[in-house]
Amino acid sequence: MQAGKSSVQFDKPPIVTAAASIVGEKEGKGPIGNCFDQIEPDPMFGKKSWEEAESELQRRTAEVCLSKAGLTPEDIRYLFAGDLLGQIVATSFGVGSLEIPMFGLYGACSTMGESMVLGSMTVGAGYADRIMAMASSHFASAERQFRFPLAYGNQRPLSSTWTVTGCGSVIIEKADGYSMENGNMPLAKITGITCGKVVDMQFRDSMNMGAAMAMAAVDTILQNFRDFAVVPGCYDKIITGDLGLTGRKILCDFTEQAGYDLKGIHMDCGLRIFDCENQDTHSGGSGCGCSAATLCGYILPRLQSREWKKVLFVPTGALLSPVSFNEGRSVPGIAHAVVLESI
Amino acid sequence: MEVRKDQYNAYVTAVTPVHSVAKNTMYAFLSGGIVCTLGEFVMEYLKGRGAEEQAAGVWTLLLLIFVSVVLTGLNIFQKIARVCGAGVLVPITGFANSVASPALEYKAEGQVFGIGCRIFAIAGPVILYGTLASGALGTLYWLGTVMGL
Repeated sequence: MQAGKSSVQFDKPPIVTAAASIVGEKEGKGPIGNCFDQIEPDPMFGKKSWEEAESELQRRTAEVCLSKAGLTPEDIRYLFAGDLLGQIVATSFGVGSLEIPMFGLYGACSTMGESMVLGSMTVGAGYADRIMAMASSHFASAERQFRFPLAYGNQRPLSSTWTVTGCGSVIIEKADGYSMENGNMPLAKITGITCGKVVDMQFRDSMNMGAAMAMAAVDTILQNFRDFAVVPGCYDKIITGDLGLTGRKILCDFTEQAGYDLKGIHMDCGLRIFDCENQDTHSGGSGCGCSAATLCGYILPRLQSREWKKVLFVPTGALLSPVSFNEGRSVPGIAHAVVLESI
Repeated sequence: MEVRKDQYNAYVTAVTPVHSVAKNTMYAFLSGGIVCTLGEFVMEYLKGRGAEEQAAGVWTLLLLIFVSVVLTGLNIFQKIARVCGAGVLVPITGFANSVASPALEYKAEGQVFGIGCRIFAIAGPVILYGTLASGALGTLYWLGTVMGL
């Protein structure tokens, strides 16, 4: 059922039945390092290039997710997946061998939100019984795409974030007919989604992604409140993707101006996955893998155990390319929201 | 909610933390001084061994470049640069790093399209405009001598 201006409220909420996350060594040493399924100490993932490494990361995460669910690739009708690289090559080369019909997505670091939004709509509408949503990022391949060669000596500004090497994958399926035998308790249900719009504040500093994306998060969160006629108190947590310290400050300031105090319930995956002080990540973690891995390793298990009853998961993305940046264009942001509830 | 975009940029500048300029300057001053002192030691040593002033200077530069490239390859240079900043980036050490690091990064794309095309991705502008500027200044100098200044 359509809700408000840009949301969907599911008549039959699809359920998240399995989730897997694989991260790199730095993430594994972070505050929630023990939450992930695998920590890969080799940044190359046994491959020859960073891009191949990220593809391998996606392939492996998809396989772990399938095996946790006790499924084979043939059981998945569609795959919704993406990454940060140009032409999303990490995804295309990573998941080809699974032979699952695929929608390749690009929503910058909001890709996990976008893939879950589209995946749950597809399942909710009855066009698929079971889909997989996945997103990844790799520190080295992202640095090379958007910033400098790894060995180049430069000083990162304090507002900059550290791209997470990680991947998260979830299986979303229709609740009807799902068997809870053998203790297969679903992780959560998706009761609604809010699709975000491109928010361009004419902001141009690509080393301050938090500030570029914060207003998109504000826009989507407020839209979610309006569309579903809810207040922040309806959620146990409102979880943004990778706003970092600077973005969190902006988010809290502007939502407060709109009359909502989010300080107590806001959580940012980028601030959760790294210890900014001791891991030298400055403003926090970022990348598609930041929200994706945190969702799968940290958020969904808390919904499954009912520690949290209802959360709003809002991955945030900065929509720039190296070319648009060099041509002096601004850095617009986007954020997609997924309403997750415990079962 | 309407937010004026020009005001947003000013607001962001106000809430974004920045590195301490005083601290960065101090680290750069000290580390830059150390690099230059080391260079001076090498040069004096070479001169003491009978090298001419100019030859000693060139060998010193080559040694600094060599050390920077090796440190870049060992992933040590950028760790030093993160703390020292301009202290190691402004001397020739920084230039060596800016050429060696793309070479390492892009070797996966091959000798021609990888290393060949992109080795000067960072140093290229410095080389191009440095050459242009020295040409322009040389012309001015030549005009000055012609005019008897």
